Amino acid sequence: MTMVDPDGGSTRRPGKPLLELCDLRKHFPIRQGALFQRTVGQAKAVDGVSLTIRRGETLGLVGESGCGKSTIGRCILKLEEPTSGKILFDGADTAGFDRQDTAAFRRRVQAIFQDPFSSLNPRMKVEDIVGEPLLVHGVEREHSAIAARVRRLLDVCGLSAGLADRYPHEMSGGQRQRVGIARALALRPDLIICDEAVSALDVSIQAQIIRLLEDLRDEFDLTYLFIGHDLSVVRHICHRVAVMYLGKLVELSDCDRLFETPQHPYTKALLSAVPVPDPEIEERREHQVLTGEIPSPTNPPSGCVFHTRCPLADADCRSVVPELKTVGPDHAAACLKIDQRITEPA
Amino acid sequence: MTQEAVLDRAGAAPRRSSGWARFASLILADKKALVGLVILSLFVVAAVLGPVLSPYDPNAMDFDMIVGPSWTHPLGTDDLGRDLLSRLIVGTQISLFVGVSTVAIALVLGVGLGVLAGYLGGWVDHVIMRYIDLQWAFPNFIIAVYLVAVLGTGLVNVIVAISLAFVDDFARIARSMVLSIKEEQYIAAARTVGVSDFRIMWRHILPNATAPIIVQATVSVSYAILGEASLSFLGLGVEAATPTWGLILSESRSFISRAWWLGIFPGLAIMLTVLSINFLGDALRDFLDVREGRGI
Ligand SMILES: Nc1ncnc2c1ncn2[C@@H]1O[C@H](COP(=O)(O)OP(=O)(O)O)[C@@H](O)[C@H]1O
Ligand code: SF4
Ligand SMILES: [Mg+2]
Repeated sequence: MTMVDPDGGSTRRPGKPLLELCDLRKHFPIRQGALFQRTVGQAKAVDGVSLTIRRGETLGLVGESGCGKSTIGRCILKLEEPTSGKILFDGADTAGFDRQDTAAFRRRVQAIFQDPFSSLNPRMKVEDIVGEPLLVHGVEREHSAIAARVRRLLDVCGLSAGLADRYPHEMSGGQRQRVGIARALALRPDLIICDEAVSALDVSIQAQIIRLLEDLRDEFDLTYLFIGHDLSVVRHICHRVAVMYLGKLVELSDCDRLFETPQHPYTKALLSAVPVPDPEIEERREHQVLTGEIPSPTNPPSGCVFHTRCPLADADCRSVVPELKTVGPDHAAACLKIDQRITEPA
Repeated sequence: MTQEAVLDRAGAAPRRSSGWARFASLILADKKALVGLVILSLFVVAAVLGPVLSPYDPNAMDFDMIVGPSWTHPLGTDDLGRDLLSRLIVGTQISLFVGVSTVAIALVLGVGLGVLAGYLGGWVDHVIMRYIDLQWAFPNFIIAVYLVAVLGTGLVNVIVAISLAFVDDFARIARSMVLSIKEEQYIAAARTVGVSDFRIMWRHILPNATAPIIVQATVSVSYAILGEASLSFLGLGVEAATPTWGLILSESRSFISRAWWLGIFPGLAIMLTVLSINFLGDALRDFLDVREGRGI
């Protein structure tokens, strides 16, 4: 594959695709039986997602719990092997990577995880946790050089050097999450997958971590895939937002446009659950409440997967699978009724 | 920096006292554990200082045959006039050595197999677990008896037999630990960072799987000592000339009506060691908050 000068300088062209998902699918086999296991079905966690993350942008990925957000993240991180589809990083298919390519890829793509308790090895000191990427990639070999770098990383992440010889259980949740961020930053990556990176934190600490992520993005030219279910957080930090439902992308848009003029009925329902600070607007805006349970990804509904809960659903929706179609500049949605509504005279 | 960062720099959460200090205070508070510790220490001292402490050569015969405990022979003599105390001290060395070495070997083999099976999964897991399940179907002692029957008697063979008989216990525990630890986010984080599989097993999984393995090891030591004594009792143990506890006990059977001390003292030695190790094991189990565990 084509790799990259070490500083990432010349390859950084803002707006160019850094990561592309092409019809990505991840189906988990459902096995039953204690002794002789047989596959009784497939959980379609991700079912045909195409998506581009541009260099320098923060792309939000939202949707109810279980819709496949983390699975997409895990596929990108090569923690999970896609069932089908392609993941292109800087134009190169990540499935075809050999050992060397994978090592180079790991240096450029990192992750920040949700749970500040379970994402740090309880038996390792902060110094070893943050220094491990440097050690295994041979960035630094001397113990003292690693220690010095770790201290600098901690400082960048707002932690005092004195925390370096602490164990995770000796720190607060916010401190731990900063350690996780320092670890992700150690190899100077281009792309960071933030999977619910602030969801487990107290609201006041959330704001601090979000600010840190923004500062780091500007300082180190980072690209984020920001997975989250808190829409106000996503609105704050993201440039574009992708909305998922049951393994599929239903809407993809510029952040402001998505929040101001959502097109897909599911997005509208999601947004109407978020209170608007201005009471006048809150009064006037239309409310759509999602009813019914989210269907199982093992047995997704036919046609449009949202039809079991959609207020606009009709017979077509039960048989025709809607494609993601452009509905405006930098704005696409997958709903059969959108064209109609746009083209029909009022 | 930011406000929380300032707090963070100050260092919010207090540091905990070290594990050893807490374990020591737990043992001091737990009477059973304390008794176990004292008794076991006595046996360890006896084993280590054996030659210095022994009043007689354990195999030296004397015309004082089958004499009860007295000032010259504190625990009496056997039918050949050999000093029982001196023989039991040699037996202590063998018992503790067999107990610790078999468990060390079983632990390394079993944990190795269990971690490989649990971490790698797939056919490796299948092959290892078919074997472990097969071994699991037989009691450890039956396996040890079978192996000695195949390998022949002698110290090394006894150690090999007992070690192999215990492998499945460690493999199962290690595997089940790995299966749960594997799902932790810090394993995903390590893989994302590019840590090799070997280093993940060694640095990330094993250190987090130690608690139940240590508890199992403690329990296993007492069962291994019991196993060696039982093998010797059946004449399947270490060479006949070596005075192991099991052998002394076995030889005492012919004189049980005339010489109570020949049966009581080796029996007591076995019982006290096993009991004290189990007391300590219980304390360790409470301390490390582990359930499960299986013996012979
Ligand atoms: N390893 C797995 N085996 C089987 N099903 C899985 C596995 N991982 C995730 N799933 C299923 O895939 C779906 C999507 O999960 P996930 O990507 O974690 O959702 P999200 O992050 O959006 O909450 C869920 O229904 C979940 O049960
Ligand atoms: S296609 Fe039909 S069911 Fe699906 S979102 Fe649009 S209107 Fe609703
Ligand atoms: Mg998730």
